[in-house]
Amino acid sequence: MLVNTARTIALEAAMATREFAVKGRKEPFIAVNEVSLRLYEGESLALVGESGSGKTTLARMMLGLLEPTRGDLQVFGREISTYSRLHLASLVQPVFQDPYASLNPRKRLVDIISMPLRAARKVSRDEVEARVEDILRKVELPASFARRFPHELSGGQRQRVAIARALINEPRILVCDEPTSALDVSVQAQILELLKQLRVELGLSYLVVTHNIGVVSELCDRVAVMYHGKLVEDGPVGNVLRAPVHDYTRRLLSAVLPVDPDQARALLLAAFIPPENRPS
Amino acid sequence: MDALLDIGGLEVDFSLKEGLLHAVKGVSFTVGRSETLCLVGESGSGKSLTALSVLDLLPAGATRRMERAIFAGQDISRYGERQMQDLRGRAIGMIFQDPTMAFNPTMTIGRQLEEVYLRHVSRDRRKARARAIGLLDRVGVTRPETRMDEYPHQLSGGLRQRAMIAMALMCEPQLLIADEPTTALDVTMQAQVLSLLKSVQESFGIAILFITHDLGVVAAIADRIAVMKSGLIVETGDVRQVLANPREAYTKALIAAVPKAPGLAPLHLPETAHAG
Repeated sequence: MLVNTARTIALEAAMATREFAVKGRKEPFIAVNEVSLRLYEGESLALVGESGSGKTTLARMMLGLLEPTRGDLQVFGREISTYSRLHLASLVQPVFQDPYASLNPRKRLVDIISMPLRAARKVSRDEVEARVEDILRKVELPASFARRFPHELSGGQRQRVAIARALINEPRILVCDEPTSALDVSVQAQILELLKQLRVELGLSYLVVTHNIGVVSELCDRVAVMYHGKLVEDGPVGNVLRAPVHDYTRRLLSAVLPVDPDQARALLLAAFIPPENRPS
Repeated sequence: MDALLDIGGLEVDFSLKEGLLHAVKGVSFTVGRSETLCLVGESGSGKSLTALSVLDLLPAGATRRMERAIFAGQDISRYGERQMQDLRGRAIGMIFQDPTMAFNPTMTIGRQLEEVYLRHVSRDRRKARARAIGLLDRVGVTRPETRMDEYPHQLSGGLRQRAMIAMALMCEPQLLIADEPTTALDVTMQAQVLSLLKSVQESFGIAILFITHDLGVVAAIADRIAVMKSGLIVETGDVRQVLANPREAYTKALIAAVPKAPGLAPLHLPETAHAG
């Protein structure tokens, strides 16, 4: 693939490190270890790895929710810490895993979705209603949903609401942390389809944190693999999935169970750990 | 085949403020000896309630009715709580999604494994300890003697899962009921735990009733599959046949909805591959 040097860099981590103090220990835990990574404008980048690999910590730093211990984090060429919270929020928005936990159960959807809008500036009630109606259409929910409460919605509908809220201020980047893993498979496919459409329609850039290889291949162009806080592999999705270079990426891919009894059984045999190599 | 478990006409109702919710609407299935039956469905399909009904472990507010419940030739449909307790953990072992549910946080792993044996099999503490250590070793827990004295929180998620499997095996069960046992695990760990289940199933000749929503897991371990939707089994059959040629539109949709990874070349795990 030809690298266009004129492409705008939406998000960039340069030697970003994040440590956490551990009670009773002198040495801190290094969750993210000197990671350098770029998300170009218009791109959809997957960040994969097991739980504890540091992918969510890195994503939180890129959202400005967590400061790095060392290293640089930039949004559109500017150091994250120099942005005001509102300005940063107008550019980068999160979509979380669990739409049951991320929506306030006591608010109507119109208030949930318009919250970022109202926080950014003074808006008339008419404008709120119009903008919410418009964004509900974009996430393919009926306008009448504005009056509803979260408990009246299914999991997939809630995730659409979470996406609507993330998009109401017209951000340029979405950071999605396992956007479909709390949902049923049939609903997962619909949400992935919606995210794909919205990306094209609105010219968004995505950073997608996931451990689901299916999500990577459906939604992303490029994939970065994290293991024990380090970035171990980074490349176009097709290349990495077909010919992974790092040992860990190979293990991760070879453990994904396909919906084919013969292949899936062969993988189980390969995953069997003989007694001499058992975990300690 | 002579079925180990034969459930007929199972219904489960929930009494809610708004009225009665008919959650399982007449479900019948069998599990043969040494066979793995996967109950597959999305959340709310009734698959977990169906499995919990077998052991009469339904949550508060739920009631079950069944026309038939035969386990190992015994009619268990009218078993009282005493008899059920005898069955659970002895002839029928259980593993859950979250191993913290299965363990008491204030007791060592060893105590809890031994207790199952002492309660159901024999009062011989030495035998109980030897069996616990042997099984921990069998399920791939290193230094089992040391682990015996540790508390559940001291083990990693993968090891806790293995210890729970060991606990379920303490009394040589004929049937394991596994409710989404790998859903909370990373993929590499999931493959290892499934391969472990398969291997203990083969060595001990255990039947497994496996509840999952993951068709990749189904493909890997099921002999037969029963697809559930809205409290009913909509399709059932041999796993290869159902996955290759689903008859029901709902089964087709479930299979089509699984995101596809592009053609991965079969890869060999490196010799040192392991996770702790």
